[in-house]
Amino acid sequence: MTETALTAEPPKRAGAWLHHYANPGRFLRLAKPALPWLAAFSILITAVGLVWGYAFAPADWEQGNAARIMYVHVPAAWVAMAAYAALAVCSFFSIIWRHPLADLAAEEIGPVGAGFTFVCLVSGSLWGKPMWGAYWVWDARLTSVLVLFFLYLGHIALIRAFDNPQHGYRAAAILALVGAVNLPIIVFSVQWWNTLHQGNTISFSGGSKIYITMLYPLLIASLGFYLCFITLVVTRLCAAIMERRTGALLLAVAERGSFDSVAERGSFDSAAERDA
Amino acid sequence: MNFAPFINGSYGVTTLFLIGIGILTYRRYRRATQRLKAVETRPAAPR
Repeated sequence: MTETALTAEPPKRAGAWLHHYANPGRFLRLAKPALPWLAAFSILITAVGLVWGYAFAPADWEQGNAARIMYVHVPAAWVAMAAYAALAVCSFFSIIWRHPLADLAAEEIGPVGAGFTFVCLVSGSLWGKPMWGAYWVWDARLTSVLVLFFLYLGHIALIRAFDNPQHGYRAAAILALVGAVNLPIIVFSVQWWNTLHQGNTISFSGGSKIYITMLYPLLIASLGFYLCFITLVVTRLCAAIMERRTGALLLAVAERGSFDSVAERGSFDSAAERDA
Repeated sequence: MNFAPFINGSYGVTTLFLIGIGILTYRRYRRATQRLKAVETRPAAPR
């Protein structure tokens, strides 16, 4: 063996930075100081977007003021789909690399995503009654979003359905990955089938069919909803990590009899870093 | 047609959801922080 081979640094794993930040203790130290700022920006931007859409955006020439429902319905729908995509990505990381943080993130994303999907369905129904004359129709877009809501509920139930949490995480991750096939169905449903739901109004490749005075409040409300989602998930994730840390400390005390033994063993952080 | 109930209803549901989940999440976070602090600062049992 040559001298060069002996002194060379070992090759870094692909995505090493990802594994670095997938450590719960490290994530907690990074996320906690950012939470007040995230919350403040989320509340401010969401309030601006909603008030602008509710009170100051112009009424639609055809739908009148009912079009204002768009400023809560569309952002909720976008966040509902993005949340499921995030859930699928976390599930992928959980299955491939078994990151404990990915399992926790998936567990915390589920209820928040289900809530946004519920808001999307309810606000859509409240728009459908005056526009279509019915709260609900079995339209491809509506049905596929309802399936998304049921997928969220299934994920929430499955992750808590086993005595061994690892089995729940694994089963829920598989459900989340399989359910991801529903996302392109939701997006393209208005193109693949003749739907009562209107087609895509906003296009990022140009040719949006919405006037700029309505586009700005819609984009601001959407940014606010995305920030709300991120803030909620990060806060819930921090809380979940702290709850597990508390549980681990109490368990160690119960097993060994005193807190001294926990100190001898090392802190939760160092133990988690060893595990990672 | 009077659209107000539908518009107010959709904004009401959305606002209630955001405020509700925000309060629940904050309460959970604060409780987790307090419990962890209490456990970490608990004095060691005498041997």
